[in-house]
Amino acid sequence: MELGAKAGLRPAKPMRDVFGDAILDVATKNKKVVVLDGDLGNSTKAERVRHAFPERFFNIGIAESNLVGIGAGFAAAGYIPWITSFSSFLLCNAYDQIRLSIAIGNVNAKILGSHGGITLGKDGATQMGIEDLALMGGLPTMTILVPCDPASMHAAVKAATNHIGPVFLRSSRVAMPHIYPEDDCPFEIGKANVVRNGTDLTIIACGLMVPASLDAAAELSDDGIEVRVIDLHTIRPMDNETIVQAARDTGAIVVAEEHLLQGGLGSNVARVVAANFPVPMRFVGLADTYVDSADPADLLVKYHLTSDDISAAAREAMAAKN
Amino acid sequence: MDKTFRHISGAELIQIAKELRLDVLEMTRLARSGHPSSSFSAVEIVTALLFGGIMHYRPDDPWWLERDRFIMSKGHAAPLLYAALAHAGYFDRELLWTLRQVDSPVQGHPIQGMLPGVEATTGSLGQGLSLAIGHLLGARLSELDYRVYVLLGDGECEAGQIWEAAMAAAHFKTDKLVAILDYNKFQETGPISREMGLEPLADKWRSFGWHVREIDGHDVEGIRDELISIQEGGVGPTILIAHTVKGKGVSFVEADFTYHGRPILGDLADKAQEEIKWS
Repeated sequence: MELGAKAGLRPAKPMRDVFGDAILDVATKNKKVVVLDGDLGNSTKAERVRHAFPERFFNIGIAESNLVGIGAGFAAAGYIPWITSFSSFLLCNAYDQIRLSIAIGNVNAKILGSHGGITLGKDGATQMGIEDLALMGGLPTMTILVPCDPASMHAAVKAATNHIGPVFLRSSRVAMPHIYPEDDCPFEIGKANVVRNGTDLTIIACGLMVPASLDAAAELSDDGIEVRVIDLHTIRPMDNETIVQAARDTGAIVVAEEHLLQGGLGSNVARVVAANFPVPMRFVGLADTYVDSADPADLLVKYHLTSDDISAAAREAMAAKN
Repeated sequence: MDKTFRHISGAELIQIAKELRLDVLEMTRLARSGHPSSSFSAVEIVTALLFGGIMHYRPDDPWWLERDRFIMSKGHAAPLLYAALAHAGYFDRELLWTLRQVDSPVQGHPIQGMLPGVEATTGSLGQGLSLAIGHLLGARLSELDYRVYVLLGDGECEAGQIWEAAMAAAHFKTDKLVAILDYNKFQETGPISREMGLEPLADKWRSFGWHVREIDGHDVEGIRDELISIQEGGVGPTILIAHTVKGKGVSFVEADFTYHGRPILGDLADKAQEEIKWS
């Protein structure tokens, strides 16, 4: 069954194409935006800016360290650089450059990590960004955003551009269905969105796992379990208040992410819950493993990242609650 | 207000160099840590740049958009950077004595913007040249004609990013980029030639599309003249390979590369002070 179908969500185009639209939009409106590419603009869709504003697009080549450094220099010269590549290549090749030249000095640079998670599929483990949120979590000044649908991608790119300070934004190759009305996405950095109300249990998710969680919620509703679903689009700064409120109101929490369980959304939410209002929790994400190259839908099943897996985790958490 | 030090004499430059060396010695003595020897080798380079009428900057308006930029890529020479900025009037010289102390902005390695005039965060090596390219591509878009001067260490030329940036600078024709290499021939653990040879270094830079000049890195007037001539030449990125002596100015530090990352303390500090004063 197609992602979002159970929840009645409308299909949309791939997130990378939405990013292409969004980055073109901010580059059109704000002449201080420059886009830097690590020779993957045709995959990340950052090349939309190359065609429209060639003078503000720079392919730095297959040299991520230099890409990040030049981006940081642009920021110091008063521009708003969007440093774009695959999440895995950018973070794993140039982590020290991101730390030194951007994070430590709180530099106003924006980092687009495309092809996050496992749903790039057939290119396999070498290209997948399954550790990006954990790595970015290691940089104290870095704002971390993970949009979950077209409207939130547009809003996130705009918010990141306007925010003063370093921002990481995760994009994906895969399509995510519409959750928000296209021209009306409430998006405030650090403020989670409750996208479904319920009092029996809360599912907290980001990115692709938000529509999957809504599917799970629809299925659980058939059994009389009413689930709250939170789109935690900002991983830093984390919206502790909304998380703690959910723990109080519903008494059980499932966290779902297309990322390693180590150091991503789940472990960060658990820290907030444990310190403030402990309730039974379950976690849906990648166990300590690298992932095969295959069709994304097959991978999601194999690595337990489907709405069925979220439902099963929810039933476990409900059982622990009673 | 521009503070360009245009009319400063050679004798005065030599005197400033001496004062900066003494300040570096005192800062690292008080902090009981730091890299005095790596600072000493670059004193004349930094003196020529900031006080020889080469760079345009405004200490009372440190982030003035049109300023020339100085990026200390070899971040462990931070004491020298701070001493020079204080001497130029960016901040009170008294701050220098708080190096590496709690709550002081005078950090062990430079943090961008933490003090006026500190353009870049450096200390993990090999990264300053890339920043300079970003500054210059930004200048091109803004139609500003400032220059960017980057002080490179020799050891950091072992890092791949330096050569990524060297390639990109030639590709983007960043004419206003001047790198100055403090070629003191030693890295932390020993002589460069023994640990990871860089030669033929000038040929490497040339093959990457750079203009290369070589000079005695302790002849402050010679460095000034060379930098003026680079400004007048102005085509393509240029590197000035400055042959220097690690620990320059203090005989027993010059003779002992293990002073990297080690302050000069106690009686030895007094001895070093005398040597620098009477040099």
